[in-house]
Amino acid sequence: MITLRVNGTTHQLDVDPSMPLLWAIRENLQLNGTKFGCGMAQCGACTVHLNGTAIRSCVTPVAAAAGGEVTTIEGLSTDGELHVVQQAWIAEQVPQCGYCQSGQIMSAVALLADNPAPDDAAIDQAMSGNICRCGMYGRIRKAIKSAAAGSVQMYDPSEEVQHG
Amino acid sequence: MGKWTRRGLITAGVVAGGGLAVGVFLRPGHRAPELAKLVSSPGEHLVNVWVKIAPDNQITAIVPHSEMGQGAQTVLAQMLADEMGARWQDVSFVEAPAEDEYANWAMGKGFILGDANIPKALVPTVDGLFLQVTKAMHLQITGGSASIRTTGVYGMRVAGAAARENLIAAAADAWGVPAGEIVAQNSELTHAASKQRAEFATFAEAAGAIAPSRTPQLKQPAEFTLMGRSLPRHDIPAKVDGTAQFSMDAQVPGMKYAAIQAAPVFGAQVASVDSAAAEKVSGVHKVVQLDNAVAVVADGYWSASQALRQVKVEWTETAQDSINSEQLFAQFDRDMSQARANGQSDSDLQQGDIDSAMSDAAQVIEATYRVPFLAHACMEPMNATARIDGGRCEVWVGSQNPLGFRHDVAAALELDVQQVTVHQHTMGGGFGRRANSDVVVQAALIAREAEVPVKLIWSREEDVRHDHYRPAVASHFKAALTADGDVIGWDNIYHEKHEPVEAPTIPYAVSHQHIHYTDSPTHVPFGPWRSVDHSQHGFFTEAFFDEVAEAADKDPYQLRRQLLAGKPRHLKVLDTAAENAGWGQPVPAGHGRGISLQESFGSLVAQVVDVSVSDGQIKVDRVVCAVDAGFAVSPDGFVAQMESGSIYGLSAALYGDVQIEQGAVKQGNFHDYPVVRMAEAPVIETHIINSDAPWGGAGEPGTPGIAPALANAVYQATGTRVRQLPLSNYDFSYKIVEPEEVI
Repeated sequence: MITLRVNGTTHQLDVDPSMPLLWAIRENLQLNGTKFGCGMAQCGACTVHLNGTAIRSCVTPVAAAAGGEVTTIEGLSTDGELHVVQQAWIAEQVPQCGYCQSGQIMSAVALLADNPAPDDAAIDQAMSGNICRCGMYGRIRKAIKSAAAGSVQMYDPSEEVQHG
Repeated sequence: MGKWTRRGLITAGVVAGGGLAVGVFLRPGHRAPELAKLVSSPGEHLVNVWVKIAPDNQITAIVPHSEMGQGAQTVLAQMLADEMGARWQDVSFVEAPAEDEYANWAMGKGFILGDANIPKALVPTVDGLFLQVTKAMHLQITGGSASIRTTGVYGMRVAGAAARENLIAAAADAWGVPAGEIVAQNSELTHAASKQRAEFATFAEAAGAIAPSRTPQLKQPAEFTLMGRSLPRHDIPAKVDGTAQFSMDAQVPGMKYAAIQAAPVFGAQVASVDSAAAEKVSGVHKVVQLDNAVAVVADGYWSASQALRQVKVEWTETAQDSINSEQLFAQFDRDMSQARANGQSDSDLQQGDIDSAMSDAAQVIEATYRVPFLAHACMEPMNATARIDGGRCEVWVGSQNPLGFRHDVAAALELDVQQVTVHQHTMGGGFGRRANSDVVVQAALIAREAEVPVKLIWSREEDVRHDHYRPAVASHFKAALTADGDVIGWDNIYHEKHEPVEAPTIPYAVSHQHIHYTDSPTHVPFGPWRSVDHSQHGFFTEAFFDEVAEAADKDPYQLRRQLLAGKPRHLKVLDTAAENAGWGQPVPAGHGRGISLQESFGSLVAQVVDVSVSDGQIKVDRVVCAVDAGFAVSPDGFVAQMESGSIYGLSAALYGDVQIEQGAVKQGNFHDYPVVRMAEAPVIETHIINSDAPWGGAGEPGTPGIAPALANAVYQATGTRVRQLPLSNYDFSYKIVEPEEVI
């Protein structure tokens, strides 16, 4: 039995301790926001936080997360309100296909927790482990900066997008 | 649901609950023979759209295009709502499912078989659609950058306008006022003179009883209220909180997971399987053997993939077992040379007298350009879930062609099509890959053998090694120039002819041209890859053009201008990109600036790429795009597509290289099939030009012009002509030329 704490809830899982955390999150806990993309820490789609640090859950054995505090995309919002980074993602209309975006957002949240005002080099360094095949890097960069600056406008579906 | 009439192009009816439904049928025309591989039924050609008004004045658009990131569903709803006069906040939309009457096989068959009676007044529209959709449908269903310019222009707008006219007619009748005095806007009908006002829903039922006009009057651009505005996409909130449902996330009770390995060499089959060790792995349910693949079904994907490694498979030998990429490129050269020598090529274009132009020329330059195979590498690896129950099959999959998938699954399982249900999911990237039904057919076959519902997930390696690839292609050019540097002849032979047919043609006024092709088949599966044939020919023609400009001793931008006289749209996009990129301003040593122009999918795109070279590393600093797509319905959405298309093309130009080694694909994951990441992503600036031209596509036109603009910039920076992609195979560390040497 492995004791896993995810988004503030403790679970007892009867799984192979060497199984990657990703599959425990997706299959055992049915938290599907965290994605499988490459299985070898190359693309970042599986990024979650372990004790606040961004990790690739596809190569992290579930046993390595035992006793730690795991946060997934589902655990990012509080009291139903989206995290400011998620709001920035909407304001900048970042996602296209959206598959990589949980991982992108988890990497960005971890970056901003460490460095509240990242410059371009810091963004490059923190975000280059996350691939976006739709190529929305420019928008991700803008969204991180607007989240850092606290200048994110709340989403209103009737509003026109003010950028671009 | 209102009654459909096969004869009417536009139908109206009252839906349960008293709403109005308007549908539009459009008949895109016949399939070309080569289509059979990609789409399996005439029903897939049916483009239909619906709008429904509920009693609470909520309007639902039912859109027949799949979402793979391009945002088309929001834009299609925007087009319909604008024509209707609906308030954007009142509009929601759902994707037409593949299994019900919204996109019905039998209904489509009725039309394709010819009992549609097309009113004369609509013939120009239908003919226009016929041409455009026929072109698009050579590729795929959601593809060919077709959603807005075909379904949107010919379907959504017509449906919206027809709904508006019926609502106005119903109100005019009730109020006893002329229809021409009633205005539809903000989901309301108003008659100013009599101060009467009502919500759409008030007249929805009456409107549904009126036979709709066969020629609804569309709005002029000056009347647009929603088209031309950047409205936020409806699908984005679910993509930032993790709730968007990709097929990877499908949950079916009792479902198990499957991992698969197909024969590494395309065309090989399973010869023998020893599954004893795999079956002992904890959690394994069954090892399933298909004709050309082995799969393990287990309680979890990890168990399945671990056990798959324990399966010992022997594959049959094939004639391709020793083939590698070098041999294929040698074969291409040989086949092109032979076709040239014996005159046995097929022509795209023969104009003037190319032989005389070559013999009269003061200078003839030649070059061969090459591109490798490319995988799509969608972020979401191929996957599908299948359940078979009492002679019925349900599948959960993200598809660019849901109806085609339905027919392919039915054929594979030998079921009636009516017994197959496709649950369509939003796609984690498509780019053409998800037009092919291979994974969903595998999932269905495995579920049948395993006798449980199965979610089949391809590993990234399986995804890269069993794609349907952008083909490897070579293209040989000869250009003839006069002593004054006038370009008089353009001779281009290539192989791998797919779609769009016009991809190899050039927009430039060159009097004598011969553009021709030959066959040089390989065993590597082909599939549409973002921008299809434009992805290679854009590079070939626009990079070789810069060689021609150099031979003519002319600035490549100015020579393009000179040969585009009388083409104001082309000139405007070219000038817009050049001016905004600062063309003509000095470029420092170690830097380069390149330009390209490409017309594809009805849109004109010019791109200027700035690069810098340091320690032998090429860095793309900036991309300036100018685009004329006639009209950008959602400008920000269009900008996003140009950004996306540029980065997708850049990944291919810089790194994309699927190599064949011993008959199989060598690469397997993002470490050996790299793509552009954040640190390498350039600043991308897009300038949109709204002209009065027919509306063009957005999803693909940003891709083909990037590679040539990049290659042309690299030449200025390094003095090296890049005639074979990707750039990562070049060594730029040996030479940095001074700018005066190349300007």
